[in-house]
Amino acid sequence: MTALLSVEGLGISFGGLKAVNDVSFTVQPGEITSVIGPNGAGKTTLFNMISGVYQPGQGRVLLGGEDVTGMAPHLLARRGMSRTFQNLQIFQSMTVLENAIAGFHLSERGPVLADLFALPSSRRRAAEAQAGARDLLARVGLERAAEREAGNLSYGALKRLEIARALALSPRILLLDEPAAGCNAVETEEIDHLIAEVARSGVAILLVEHDMKMVMRISNHIVVLDHGEKIAEGDPAAVSRNPAVIAAYLGTEAANADG
Amino acid sequence: MKLTPKSATLLVLLVLILLSPVLFPSGYYYRVGALIFVNAIAVTGIVILTGYAGQISLGHAGFAGIGAYACALAPVHLGLHPSLALALGAIISGVIAFLVGRPILRLKGYYLGVATLGFGILVSMVLNNERQLTGGPDGMEVPDLGLRGLLKDAGLDLTNGQFWYWFCGLALILGAWLALNLYNSPTGRALRALHGSEVAARTVGIDVARLKLRAFVISAVYASVSGSLLALQNKFITPDVAGFMHSIEMVTMAVLGGVGSILGAIFGAAVLTLLPQVLTVFAEYEQLVLGLVMMLVMIFLPQGLLPSILRKIRGKGE
Repeated sequence: MTALLSVEGLGISFGGLKAVNDVSFTVQPGEITSVIGPNGAGKTTLFNMISGVYQPGQGRVLLGGEDVTGMAPHLLARRGMSRTFQNLQIFQSMTVLENAIAGFHLSERGPVLADLFALPSSRRRAAEAQAGARDLLARVGLERAAEREAGNLSYGALKRLEIARALALSPRILLLDEPAAGCNAVETEEIDHLIAEVARSGVAILLVEHDMKMVMRISNHIVVLDHGEKIAEGDPAAVSRNPAVIAAYLGTEAANADG
Repeated sequence: MKLTPKSATLLVLLVLILLSPVLFPSGYYYRVGALIFVNAIAVTGIVILTGYAGQISLGHAGFAGIGAYACALAPVHLGLHPSLALALGAIISGVIAFLVGRPILRLKGYYLGVATLGFGILVSMVLNNERQLTGGPDGMEVPDLGLRGLLKDAGLDLTNGQFWYWFCGLALILGAWLALNLYNSPTGRALRALHGSEVAARTVGIDVARLKLRAFVISAVYASVSGSLLALQNKFITPDVAGFMHSIEMVTMAVLGGVGSILGAIFGAAVLTLLPQVLTVFAEYEQLVLGLVMMLVMIFLPQGLLPSILRKIRGKGE
């Protein structure tokens, strides 16, 4: 099976400090690949390089065989990459429904003059996006909050809204940055089910998550980072037995000494 | 039947424009009304740029200047009918906004403010210094639109004030309709999204630079049309129309009334156009009182006049 996403020797430095160094792995369609590691291991930095927010210093990112290294996020979106954020990035003053519709931007956009004059073509595109958005909100259990202003939702609901918005792109690969962070047990389980269901539909999922139980439960493949380097990789059972991983998570003295 | 916010806004606007003349104590107020509408058109453009897309411009009077001088110059030098001169001014403003906007919309916040400010000053300086073409600071005459004469021939005899009241009122309704269409359209949604979070907007595929540019061009066309209408109704124009104070006035009207809503911004335009007329009773303290009113509104009603008032009314209703 050819990989949907290949990360090859990816690295970046901030002011001489190597935040991520020579990290390689692949992500397969329909599988959940998780990146784990202690705080400051470079997980989010890695995510930001893959999704075009940061320009990598070294290495390549291949999406479906195409070199997309450092490509702008909106161009990656057109190629089927979608993501959520560790710190929520919600369109606060828009309604929940509008947030979800915004995810359909690529399919609903059209000539600006058609939008200004509310031509039938513009209204049709908007109506289609709205129907799609309502379906997605139902899928993440937010259909009853559709008309509420997004800023008033609970944290867990906003996390699900972000996933709905990301799914609106019909992505080939979905990057989830700590989707369960700050959620209670019930919410975590809901998000859990949602991610597994999305993966079953054939979407490749790349996940950064702190909740180890969740990672072990749903991942097909795990990549472990520590101090910006990949220290282990494999299925959940193999990774949880790996001495280097255990040392990275439990050997706090060594980690603290390095700052 | 429940009205959509769009129809409700247009209905309120239509009723206000149609009924206000009943209250006018003299024909002079038709002129004040027309001036409100002209300002409101420019401010509607500011709502698209600032209220929807979250970008600031302190130089939009530059585009009003281009629109105004297009109506003064094109009929004389190109032999165009004044109405076509208005369209030409709008096209030139749009093209210049496109060229200027591409580099400066990369800037954010007050950097963008200062860059747009520079653009406005540039236009104002050109109009002041090209004496042979523009008459410099003394200004120049603008030819008659000719529409009032045509209406008179058709049996509809309006005073100059009445004609411009109804003509600019119609233009404002059209401008508001377009802006309201935009709000709930794919483009408007993308503008509001990038206002909320640029990074999230990018990840859903929104070409942020391109959309900001669209908002800038559209708002420039509004400012240009506003400048043209001002020139045509005054039949005389000076470089003040492109001046710094006029740019600030547009932003102030929008923010004071409520930059998030079309009706609010139009309300702001009305208040700030009327207030100086009312405050003449304060004679030399007029500017002082005006400044004070603006400060008090921003301190106590930071959402802008209209949204705050509406919230109060709704709050009491519940």
